[in-house]
Parts: sequence; structure tokens; C-alpha cells
Amino acid sequence: MPEIAPELPFTASDAESREKLLAKVKPVEAPRRELVTGDKDFHWVTEKVCGIPESKTPRWWWIMFCVAACMATFTLAGLTWLVSSGVGVWGLANPVNWGWAIVNFVFWIGIGHAGTLISAILCLLRQKWRVSINRAAEAMTIFAVVCAGIFPLFHVGRVWFAWWLFPLPNANWIWPQFRSPLEWDVFAVSTYGTVSVLFWYMGLIPDLGTMRDRALKAGKLIKAWAYGVFAMGWRQSNRHWRNYEMAYLLLAGLSTPLVLSVHTIVSFDFAASQLPGWHTTIFPPYFVAGAIFSGFGMVLTLMLPLRAVYGLHNLITQYHIDCMCKIILATGSMVGYAYMMEFFIAWYGANPYEGFAFINRALGQYAWSYYIMVGCNVISPHLFWFKAVRENTALVWIICGFVNVGMWFERFVITVTSLANDFLPSSWGYYSPTIVDIFTFFGTFGLFSVLFLLFVRFLPMMPMGEIKAVMKQGDAHGHGTGTQAVPHDVHGKGGHH
Amino acid sequence: MAHAQDTYGILAEFSETPAFYEAVGKVKDAGYKNFDCFTPFPVHGLDGQMGLGRSKVPIFTAIGGVTGFCTGTLITWYMNGLDYPLIVGGKPFWSPIFPFPIMYELTILLAAFGTLFGMFAMNLLPRHNHPVFEYEDYIKCGDDTFFLVIEKADPQFDLEQTKAFVESLGSNKVEVLKA
Repeated sequence: MPEIAPELPFTASDAESREKLLAKVKPVEAPRRELVTGDKDFHWVTEKVCGIPESKTPRWWWIMFCVAACMATFTLAGLTWLVSSGVGVWGLANPVNWGWAIVNFVFWIGIGHAGTLISAILCLLRQKWRVSINRAAEAMTIFAVVCAGIFPLFHVGRVWFAWWLFPLPNANWIWPQFRSPLEWDVFAVSTYGTVSVLFWYMGLIPDLGTMRDRALKAGKLIKAWAYGVFAMGWRQSNRHWRNYEMAYLLLAGLSTPLVLSVHTIVSFDFAASQLPGWHTTIFPPYFVAGAIFSGFGMVLTLMLPLRAVYGLHNLITQYHIDCMCKIILATGSMVGYAYMMEFFIAWYGANPYEGFAFINRALGQYAWSYYIMVGCNVISPHLFWFKAVRENTALVWIICGFVNVGMWFERFVITVTSLANDFLPSSWGYYSPTIVDIFTFFGTFGLFSVLFLLFVRFLPMMPMGEIKAVMKQGDAHGHGTGTQAVPHDVHGKGGHH
Repeated sequence: MAHAQDTYGILAEFSETPAFYEAVGKVKDAGYKNFDCFTPFPVHGLDGQMGLGRSKVPIFTAIGGVTGFCTGTLITWYMNGLDYPLIVGGKPFWSPIFPFPIMYELTILLAAFGTLFGMFAMNLLPRHNHPVFEYEDYIKCGDDTFFLVIEKADPQFDLEQTKAFVESLGSNKVEVLKA
């Protein structure tokens, strides 16, 4: 048979083994982005990450801690005032009976979502850059949920009956009503908080083991004992890593539908009602996008100063910042789209009440808050289209501040404008917070900061094992960062690639 | 063997991931079964190289998830449908639709607990003592060194022969680990 194909230096056939074919083709190594820059080795990572909690407490830490603790007392004062007097000390009055408390709750819960997105969804999507920020972001999630939980807890009025929210037998012989989205919220938020703690804790176990061993070697027995109790006797065995990695993957797989459900259910608190401005089907995806948007704003707000203070530039590189800015840009665009779509549907739906609710948002008595929201959420993230902006760390930090402010105002706009001007003009009102509202909310930033500072001080801020695994030295076959490398000879089964 | 009673196994240190990975493959190919690796991070593909099968943790996750789903179904049915039925909007007292978020969240909650505790159970943790902790340089396996330990419990284990075999694998340091 005559040769038809032009003469090639190689031919591919099914009979040929993969190794032979690769030897002939000699594929070029795909360039892989270095996630740890500066040609560092494993030991450097250990010293860098463990060095932070092991070193002497820096002076700035004490100053920040004292300031944060003082701020946190404002929440304590606000809550004491509330509990000793009643919910009437808040600015709630007919027709606005849902004010700052729900706004602050949704704001803080939303902040948490970025942590879970980084630890779970980016894990499933194999975004290896997540490794240096996931621990701190997960901590942020947990502390944000703590701050969020305060508001509905105290909004029940008689906080000592808050346990009636849970399906526990009580003296009245009644049970929760499971048709209510508020009851769904109880389950969603408490599950979210619990699973976030479990996931965070499991990620910490190997590093706690390392902290324990280092403390023991340094002769600090109390420290070694404290870390050791929580390290559960972790000994870096690969027979353990195998189960650990599977558990990690499963928790990532469980947290993904969880995080999407949490803000969906939070949005049901609004969307399942009949109120124009709330009763929309776009709420679940729009709330989830907004939550991730605000959460990444907070991650960058926290990580950029930490990176500067502790010199973590080789671990949180410009690439990491770029990625996060792009996620803010993407989710910010989704939020902007949702704002437009709400207006479109209000017009297209031809419901005069809904039409009024949206016109009133933009032109009514709360128009000032609407334009703060649009300015911060729709306009500011679009600066991230420009590389020069993403590379200007100070500017990124400032824009993230705008994102945080904007997302708080978004919840304010949704909650308050819809309630203040409802069906009957005779019952319209104007809502303003009282000093107790302001104290309680202001203080939660202190509480959040206290918790985050304690985390930075006592726990390894980054997962050392995960970072080492994505370094180029960590690849068993000597391929770049080893993230997508497929081994040429896999003996047996069990290695998941 | 003179020191057979107080020997746990033979430990070899490696500092490069590829060399360590190759060595582990050779130990498996030599027919050893009771050996373990101690690594600063989960080395990609090492489970296959050691001849380990798939982890059993998902079984615990599944048990947790099914328990959570059934719990959610049962409590909502009992509370809203049987023990304290409420008429809301003239709808049935209980249906699987309205309490679905409860079932969903409890499925995830108990599956997550199952996963974490399943991981501990499969790893036989907590266990705060182990011969490898007694190794003088144990701290290095949490930092930048890979340990390969062939245990005396292995049927093929012979102090002299196994030590010679391990020394041929290109390790930086070979030590006998005390029990």
C-alpha cells in the first residue's frame, strides 16, 4: 500500500505505549505559575508560617487588640441596653419592623461566604492559589458567622427564649413551624457555622501537630500540650494523609451546596414574603453573588495588611491579588446585572406596587442610600479591569473598603426602602437607627477584629502542608508545581489526579 | 536478632520528593506490606505508589448524610404533622416539600460530622504515642523531610537485610527505630 501521508518524524498508533509516544513527541513542559515565589524551600515555609505565632507578640498587635477590644464593648453595651429595656430601644417602628438587625445579619453572613468559596468551591475547581489564603479566609467565615448570629439572636426580644428556635421540647408543648423561611434560616446558619468550624479545624490538624512538635523541642510544655490536644496525635503518616485528603475533598463537596444554600435561604427570608421589592425570584442567585462579592472584599481587606506586616509577599503574590480582584469584578458585575434586572422585571411585570417600590428606591426618601450602593457595588469594582489598579495594593485595599460599605448599603436598601413605603401611603414612615443600633453594629467590628487577631497570634495562618504540596519541589515527578502533572507510571490504584 | 525485641522498624530519611517517591515504589515492589511514610504534606500519587486502596471515609459520610436526611424528615413530620399539627393556608399538615431545607441542612450537617469522625476512626486517632515520635529528628517530617519506615511487624522484615535494602534506596540517613 502506498504511503499517502507526508513523511513525519513520528507516527501515532494505538499499539504504541504512552511512554514511547511521549519519548518521540517530546512534549514541552507547560509553564506553570509559581505559587510560592522567590525560589523558597519547604523549610522556609515552615519557619515563615510557624514563626508568626511563635515570635514575641509585636507591639502593633497589642495596640490593635486593645482598640478592637474597646470597640467590642460597644456591642456589649448595646446588647445590655437592649436586654434590660426591650427591642423598643432600637429604631424599629411601624412600618419598618426589620431594620439594622437584619441588615447587619445579612451583611456579616455574606462576608463569611468568601471563606467557604475559597476553601470548598475553589478546592473542587482545583484552583491551587487558594492554599495560601484559605485558612485565614475560613477563620474570617467563622468569626463573621459569630457576629451575624448576634443580631437575630437578640432580635427575638427575650433572648433567654432563643432556644425555642430549635426543635427542642419546651413547657408550652409546641414545636417550631417548619414552613417559615426564618426557621429554615436557623438550620442553615447553624449548620453553616458548625460545618465551617469542622472544616477549618480539620485543616488545622497537621499544622497543629507541627506547632506541637516545635513547641516541645523549644521546651514550651504548656504550649506543646495545648496544641497537642487539638492535634489529636497527628504524626504526618501517609496512611493518615490518605483518609485526611479524602475527608477534605468530601468536606469541600459538602460545603459547596451548603454555602450556596445558606444565602439562598437568607434571601428566602425576603423573597418568600409578599412585599413588593422583596418578592422576586432573582433573590437567591443575586444574594449568593453579592455574598461572595462582599466576602472577597473582606478577604483582601484583611490579607493585604497582614501580607505587608508579616512580609508574606512570596506566599500571597500579585497573582493571588489578581485572582481575587477578578472574582470581585465578576461577582460585582453579577450584582450590577441583578440591580438592572430587578428594575426591568418591575417594569415588565406591570405590577404598579412593584414598579413603585423600585422607582421609590432610586428617587424616594432613601435615594441617598441607593446611590451609595450603586456607586460602591456597581462602579467601583469595574476599576479592576485595569491591571495598573490591581497592581496598586493601596488602591485595591481602598476599593475593597468601598465594596464592604456598598454591600452593607445594599441590604439596607432592600430591607428599609421596601418596608418604609409599602401599600398604604397613610402608614408610610421613615426609619432611622438609634444610638443602640449604632453601638451594637459598630462593636461587632471590634468583636470580629479581636477574634481575628487572636487567630493570627496563636494559630498558623496558612496551611503549610497544602502550600508545600503545590511548590515545585513537592511534585513527585519533578514537574513544575505538580498541580496538573499526570504521573507516567501509576502503580496500582487510589491516586486521584 | 539481638535487638529484635526493642525494635519498631527501620527509618530512612529523604529530602527530595522524586527520590523519595521512587524509593517508596521499590519498597512496595520488594513485597513489603507493613511500612509507612511520614511526609510534611500529602504527596500526590503516593497512595498508589504505596499500594494503598481507596479511603473508606466516604462510607462514614454516607451514613451521616442518610441519618441526617432521615432525622430531618422524621422531626418535621412528627412535630408539624403529628404531635402539634398546624393548619397553615389550608395545606396538608406535612409534605416532603416545605421542610426540605431542614432535611437538606441536616443531611449536610451529619455528613460533615461523619466525615470528620470517620477520618479519625479510620486513622485510629487520637493516639498521642507512637514509636516514630521517639525518633530524635521526628520534627523534620513536619518540616522538609520524608521518612520511610519499614516495620518489624512485616513478615519479610530482617534487621540486617532490610537495613541493607533501605540503605540501597538512596536515603540520606538510615536509623533503627526503637519500639
